[in-house]
Amino acid sequence: MSFLGEVVSWLADPAHWSGPGGIPTRLEEHVVMSLAALLTAALIALPLGLTLGHYGRGGALAINVSNVGRAVPSFAILVFALQLVGVGATPAFLALVALAIPPMVTNSYVGMRDIDPELRDAGRGLGMRERRILLRLELPNAMPVVMAGVRTAGVQVVATATLAALVAWGGLGRFIVDGLSQRDFVQVFAGAVLVALLSALAEVLLALLQRFLTPRGLRTVRAVERNRARAAQVPLSEPAT
Amino acid sequence: MLLAVPDPWIRWDYVGRHVPDIWADLVEHVELTVIAVLAGLLIAIPVGLLAWRYRSTRNGILAFTGGLYTIPSLALFALLVPFTGLTILTSEIGLVAYTLLILVRNIVVGLDGVPADVRDAANGMGYRPFRRLYRVELPLALPVILAGVRIATVTTIGLVTITALLGQGGLGKLILEGLIRDFRTPLVIGIVLSVALAVMADLGLGLAQRLATPWSRE
Repeated sequence: MSFLGEVVSWLADPAHWSGPGGIPTRLEEHVVMSLAALLTAALIALPLGLTLGHYGRGGALAINVSNVGRAVPSFAILVFALQLVGVGATPAFLALVALAIPPMVTNSYVGMRDIDPELRDAGRGLGMRERRILLRLELPNAMPVVMAGVRTAGVQVVATATLAALVAWGGLGRFIVDGLSQRDFVQVFAGAVLVALLSALAEVLLALLQRFLTPRGLRTVRAVERNRARAAQVPLSEPAT
Repeated sequence: MLLAVPDPWIRWDYVGRHVPDIWADLVEHVELTVIAVLAGLLIAIPVGLLAWRYRSTRNGILAFTGGLYTIPSLALFALLVPFTGLTILTSEIGLVAYTLLILVRNIVVGLDGVPADVRDAANGMGYRPFRRLYRVELPLALPVILAGVRIATVTTIGLVTITALLGQGGLGKLILEGLIRDFRTPLVIGIVLSVALAVMADLGLGLAQRLATPWSRE
């Protein structure tokens, strides 16, 4: 049988679809862990980034946190968390939260700073209070860039949850890691296909969420182009020195 | 982990005995990174120019490189292993694939950022398209392109640690060894050196970028 044929029959084998090591269990572990980590990180990162952006403070911190985050390999974060709290779900969770925070802080800060200052003045002129300006005026306008950060973080979390198999946790990465150590390349490949499908799905769903949360007025072609150019600048541009 | 005596974070006698090994891993890490970024540039420059010059190809090219970028690194390596084995080729194909999105996008955005009136002025001075590209447009795009090289390099240094699973991995091998043997010293050395390497690459390339493009300083 050809290699790809073997992969297909591995995936079709009912034995791989049940039990604690089966595909549904691993998938559930992967999805629950990713969601929990992304939500926790969002609850920490978004208020921080949005507040810093609103007041225009701590820009160096908000932007450099991403650069530092990039310099620390995700594998290293996982292994370090393992050393601190022992094996299992906790180190994986902590590592994923730590990874997801930087892109969301940076993007929510940049999204808030990039708002046309005249809009803010107009809000004040209309008698809006600070809180209302932040939530009703700035946040909707910053939404595309903020959500781009959530999307980056989400895709990264799903990817790194795969690596968590290396620190003795479950998830779909188990198939790849176990397959590699047993030199069972059929299982390695099948696991990789599952992981790739899940991350593509995560990317698509987060893109839809980004679109759904973007106010209609910002969805026009010109606004989308403008926002894309802005969002692209986040990883492109130099840290503000 | 039922260790009666807690394993210290670092045991200097182990480090002292393994200096040549650690050095070899560090060198391998740098080599894997440099090969990946250079090969990535060799591909990204023509592809980036194509995407910039012919707008119709742009969305397709950026979607393709973006799609590669979405695949988790461990899965991308795993998809290649059955075909190219546990070899350096597998590692490099994966590493190069990840540099492409960053490099191509920065080349396109950098060239797009050249002001239209500068281009008009170059045309007015009689520059032909090719000469205009490398005498006017590329130098102006250079800061953004070099920023891409910098981000790609730092990202690659992190990804190289994962290729330890394929039997390469430079400093990743030390991390994996520490993990398997439940021995902290190689693990800590691997992590500290890979972070230090990434930070030095970031600072070094940032400096190179400033020196290479003095006209971009304000």
